[in-house]
Amino acid sequence: MNSTPSSPNPLPLRERMKLPRQTMPEQPPPDRVLNFSEVNLGYSPQLARQEARRCLECRKPACMDNCPLGVNVREFVRLIIASDFAAAAAKIRQDNVLPAITGRVCPQEDHCEGSCLMAKKVEPLGIGYLERFIADYELSQGLGPIAMAPPSGKKVAIVGSGPAGLSAAADLVQKGHQVRVFEALHELGGVLVYGIPEFRLPKQVIRQQLEVLRRMGVQFETDVVVGRTVTIDELMQEEAYDAVFVATGAGSPLFLNIPGEHLNGVYSANEFLTRINLMHAYEFPRYDQPLLDLRGQHVAVIGGGNTALDVIRSARRLGAEKAAVIYRRSQAEMPARAEEVRHARDEGIEFYLLAAPLEFLSDRHGWLRAARCVRMELGEPDASGRRRPLPLPGSEFELPLAVAVIAAGASANPVIQSTTPGLQTNRWGYIQADPATQRTSRKGVFAGGDIVTGSATVILAMAAGRRAARAMNDYLAGGTW
Amino acid sequence: MSTGGTSNRVFNILEAQFIAPGIKRFVIEAPRTARKHQPGQFVIVRVHSRGERIPLTIESSDPARGVISLVVQSIGKTTSMLNSLQAGDSLLDLVGPLGRPSEIASFGTVVILCGGVGTAMAYPTAAALKRAGNRVISILGARRKDFLILEREMRAISDLLMITTEDGSCGSQGLVTDALQHLLASGTHVDLALAVGPLAMMKAVAAMTRPAAIRTIVSLNPIMIDGTGMCGGCRVLVGGESKFACVDGPEFDGHAVDFDRLMQRNSMYRAAEQTALAQWRESLESLEGSSRPRGPEPCREGSRS
Repeated sequence: MNSTPSSPNPLPLRERMKLPRQTMPEQPPPDRVLNFSEVNLGYSPQLARQEARRCLECRKPACMDNCPLGVNVREFVRLIIASDFAAAAAKIRQDNVLPAITGRVCPQEDHCEGSCLMAKKVEPLGIGYLERFIADYELSQGLGPIAMAPPSGKKVAIVGSGPAGLSAAADLVQKGHQVRVFEALHELGGVLVYGIPEFRLPKQVIRQQLEVLRRMGVQFETDVVVGRTVTIDELMQEEAYDAVFVATGAGSPLFLNIPGEHLNGVYSANEFLTRINLMHAYEFPRYDQPLLDLRGQHVAVIGGGNTALDVIRSARRLGAEKAAVIYRRSQAEMPARAEEVRHARDEGIEFYLLAAPLEFLSDRHGWLRAARCVRMELGEPDASGRRRPLPLPGSEFELPLAVAVIAAGASANPVIQSTTPGLQTNRWGYIQADPATQRTSRKGVFAGGDIVTGSATVILAMAAGRRAARAMNDYLAGGTW
Repeated sequence: MSTGGTSNRVFNILEAQFIAPGIKRFVIEAPRTARKHQPGQFVIVRVHSRGERIPLTIESSDPARGVISLVVQSIGKTTSMLNSLQAGDSLLDLVGPLGRPSEIASFGTVVILCGGVGTAMAYPTAAALKRAGNRVISILGARRKDFLILEREMRAISDLLMITTEDGSCGSQGLVTDALQHLLASGTHVDLALAVGPLAMMKAVAAMTRPAAIRTIVSLNPIMIDGTGMCGGCRVLVGGESKFACVDGPEFDGHAVDFDRLMQRNSMYRAAEQTALAQWRESLESLEGSSRPRGPEPCREGSRS
């Protein structure tokens, strides 16, 4: 292999693998556990160029094939090497309308970086870090002109302002359609705002990305619970929307169904994070919504996903003396991003792996005092392909806790399904949608993201939004279903 | 303010007046909500940009005018701030209607038990039950005569109206359960009881109707944040099962509700609530000296605040 003629990279291929992956500058753990500011500080232009030079510029880049959005990694990395950051930004924007967000929260090890050729021998190219660098550069410089199609005369309603909805909104507005996004909460962004903490995804970044959409002409209306405040049928029949995209997210938190879940001090992850992220409970009493005072307390989260780590790292920042993850499988099976696990360990989070709570124990006044747990071992693989955890007899132990947070996933929120006649759901209550077009059983109604797939990732939701936008555009042009 | 500042609706307050000490009635422009409201449903409001979200039951709606009315009792900071607003002001956020509507059917004889500000929440359901052909017996309970609200409105839709006050300043002295006991002892056949008020009152009503096997509906007021089923903070134990008051309720079978658990959960943030209220009062005093009237006096722990 030789570098292709169009490569601006001065390094011969064999030299590139010798370069170490450039470390992301980050707030030191002792500092960052005292604040909610972003942990990762971002590459400098020098670091970005240096990292970009590691790219092997594969003829058939697996990174691009394995990106749910198909971002042209090789080309934008070449543009970084050439120091043409504006062109790199434009290149990313062709496929990804929220790069400052995906650059921060996408599980790159499952997609681009996981398939990077270098990952077989050394560390993969820092594609996520590079994407973030370019996205932040773009936001700091102001966005260039965006090509917009002439008005189509068609109206589209998007239900939910999370990653799926925003991604679809951006694509549809560029095609000339009038796009209005309805949001149930008082802030836009969905899970990006209520779910992901400031230290991983600053609100300012979300605001800037929303501002881009607004400048493109997307309209937003907050405080509307579609299904309750207005139904999908009313949107289409009375407000003359030609098509609707349902992107409401997974919705309802799952509990463990073990004794003691109603004790004071037991939260769902959604409630705990919503209080902190959306309602700013960490700034109480400057903000009104409180959270239990965690200073000096023992706190545990039950679960092993990104949500669980967001919870426990937030608890640490709120002064928890002991902050622990209780997960029933081993670290290898943890669904959380590798970087989050590393960051959590650096912040002194304890991990009780292969353990699960059996019961939450109460003090005399109805407050949580401990979790009674059991050790687990891994048996045969289950339906998810992961080895099934089995309790070890006689291994029970008590973990004293003031606060326990359950991050056991979510189930489908039924509000839209139950108020939209003819909208078919699967047996778990999620909306049935064609995987290629996101079409539902109702003419003109499309759906995508977690409300179709169950809990997944920001990038997969964005990809669904993009697929829906393409199919909606076809439908709006031809009108056939 | 929304991220980026887009909320295309303005929730203007058209009317606002105190109807009892610390209890204010608002008429608010909310056309989408007014159109969809059914008895028993509620809204979530936010008063200022750093404010919390609180649930408030809708007292009435007028789809033609595009307005709803809310009755608010000053208890904590948010309700006190809300009750300092006047006609011409607006709410920052208002979302709804939320929750399941009350079950309206022809049951026969229904008893509506209202504690304090709970009267405003029970009123639309009571009126709908009357329209559905039920014989409506209403029992209004308050601490004192001047805390009685909506007496005239309730009388207009009731076949029989009883009033109890704790100090005997109006109606008979005692609690709504005393009146209920008299009613049941007199041999009145009751097909359905609806109790809306403080948890202790609803618990007492349920305890009284259980032996008589009278179906009893209660409207619960747990701590709530999003109101759409997303956070699970409002979960209550009903018949041993976890239910979300925001989407499965707010009305439940009173005989199946674990009231003690709910009372404990509702006390979770009492210290923080007091801090927030005290700080707000102090800031008012330091900002405006004594020229501004104090917020209305807080009442005992009420029903949905």
